[in-house]
Amino acid sequence: MTPALLRRFGQTLLVLFGISVLVFLIFFATPGADPTARIAGRNASPQTLAFVRHEYGFDRPLPVQYLRMMQRLFITRDLTSFVGHGEKVVPEVMRAAPVTLSLVGGAALIWVVASVVMGTLAAATRGSLLDRGLMVLGLIGISMPVFWLGSVVNLLTQSRLHASWLFSWVPGLGYVPLSEDPLGWFRALVLPWCTLAVLFIGIYGRVLRADLVAAYREDFIRTARAKGLSPARVMVRHALRTSMISFVSLFGLDFAQLVGGGALLTEVVFGLQGVGRLTYQALANLDLPLIMATVMYSAVFVVLANAVVDLVYVVLDPRVRDSR
Amino acid sequence: MSASVQAPASPPPAGPWRSAVRALLGDRTALAAAVLLAVIVLACLAAPLYASRIAHTDPFNADVAATVMLHGQEVAVMQPNNNRLHLGLTPLGPTWNPGAYLLGADSQGRDVMARLLYGGRNSLLISASSAVLCIVLAAIVGIVAGFFGGLVDAALSRLLDIMWAIPVYLFAISLSIVTISQGLRLGPVTLESDNLLLPIGIIALVYVPYAARPVRGRVLALRNSEFVLAARGLGVPPARILWRDILPNVSGTLIVLAPLLMALDMLTESALSFLSIGVQAPAASWGTIIQDGEGLIYTRPWVALAPGIAIVLTVLALNLLGDGLRDALDRQGSGPAGA
Repeated sequence: MTPALLRRFGQTLLVLFGISVLVFLIFFATPGADPTARIAGRNASPQTLAFVRHEYGFDRPLPVQYLRMMQRLFITRDLTSFVGHGEKVVPEVMRAAPVTLSLVGGAALIWVVASVVMGTLAAATRGSLLDRGLMVLGLIGISMPVFWLGSVVNLLTQSRLHASWLFSWVPGLGYVPLSEDPLGWFRALVLPWCTLAVLFIGIYGRVLRADLVAAYREDFIRTARAKGLSPARVMVRHALRTSMISFVSLFGLDFAQLVGGGALLTEVVFGLQGVGRLTYQALANLDLPLIMATVMYSAVFVVLANAVVDLVYVVLDPRVRDSR
Repeated sequence: MSASVQAPASPPPAGPWRSAVRALLGDRTALAAAVLLAVIVLACLAAPLYASRIAHTDPFNADVAATVMLHGQEVAVMQPNNNRLHLGLTPLGPTWNPGAYLLGADSQGRDVMARLLYGGRNSLLISASSAVLCIVLAAIVGIVAGFFGGLVDAALSRLLDIMWAIPVYLFAISLSIVTISQGLRLGPVTLESDNLLLPIGIIALVYVPYAARPVRGRVLALRNSEFVLAARGLGVPPARILWRDILPNVSGTLIVLAPLLMALDMLTESALSFLSIGVQAPAASWGTIIQDGEGLIYTRPWVALAPGIAIVLTVLALNLLGDGLRDALDRQGSGPAGA
């Protein structure tokens, strides 16, 4: 077990290193995208350009620039914005993280419960009208741009139906910290949760149904049925349990992506000041260090989540240990 | 999803492609999706016709002072707001009259219906081209990694791991943001920031890991199959094995991927354009029109609703078509491994 774990750990480190190089190269070595020109402004004089280039260290070789960047991002953590008052980047990301965690956590709870119900119902009644209806609904959920769905939700709950009894409780757009007002936190987030969850309910419900249908062809299900177990018990205790494997690995990856800023569009549409919205504002200002920090931050999350998922497998299932 | 097709009594022995086509034609859902898709594509292709012959408008030139005849009355396209000082202008709402401003005007007084059709051309062009480009890249990477194995495979697989670890949207956003302000200079070639090749290339690139993995898996399985081993034993050169034995056998995987990738690409393109780092003004895509409509969402919701509905219908049709293709080709067991 130990050599497999060590090798996995080594791979994780390698991937993390590779991501940092790739992200750095995207922002600082894309042909034609000179960060100096961006900081100095459009009509800067050659002297200003030279000064900025030296001041920010862009005249050094790329590997040196890379090392300095990583040092300021991870070790001294004093990387500053190129624009505005030059705020420190790392604390800014940390301040936005609770908003994103609140959004993604709630949405994840909704999509896991809803998609398990949906996938199980569809698989239990496979071939029926209910099955087809649920699967088409799931596909519609997958086919909607999340920012558009958010706009439609806003249109209905903030404007058209806001006066009706149905949505009069909906507060204005924005975030309410959980520590200040738990009920306000819940009310501010429940619609963003549902909006973000729709896509994943569709994906997970469909994946789970396919896995369940495949599981029903396995011998151990036949055995369980032959033993005379009730259909519900076969479904929940036997089929669902094995079918959760791909569900869990999908979940690890998606959750990490969203925590890492993948929920950007939802945050923008609902005015939530999370990591994704921070990236969005950095985009508007072309603030490279901030964008780089958020992209790095999210990639690190994804890699760590992947490692955790794999680790759980290794601990749970001896077959995975040898096949990798 | 597939309607089970009853084969006619004693069917003639058909090739794998023939029987796949027959299965697809018997799948009513997939057929309906294909028809819907064809209607959308044709409507968008006819955009200039609609603009010049029916709506008599130019979807790119903003004319804030324009007027339009409605029910025998001349109505301003940009109407003064209803507040006490009459500050600001509100564009005309939907007239539901195909002759003029069917879906109303946007904040610059442009005909939303005409822009919707023109924008659809860009959305469809970008998503289709990037899907094709992505499949070509993924086929090369997947086949090389799977066929040669060893160090080549390890290096390519790690590279794909690294790319896939960056959330797709953030990856696409990062690439767009560095190329959007000054364009991309590749040696002698300079791509201006409004060149559609930029979003096409970027969107294709970020989905390469997604598409290359099933291809690699399929090639790994094929590499040790009897007919490939036999060809090797006969001394057939690797290039010929790749071309004659491997490629035809991964083509099913690639074909199933195409509509699904195009669906993903369309959603990604709309997101980039919504963030104003995709298609650049004055050109439109469904994403940029939704962005135009964001500011009018409470007063003139149709500006944002209509392109969103167009995206949902197109992506839904593509997904249904992809499902149908997978079911049809899976009979030969050549669908992509896993989801």
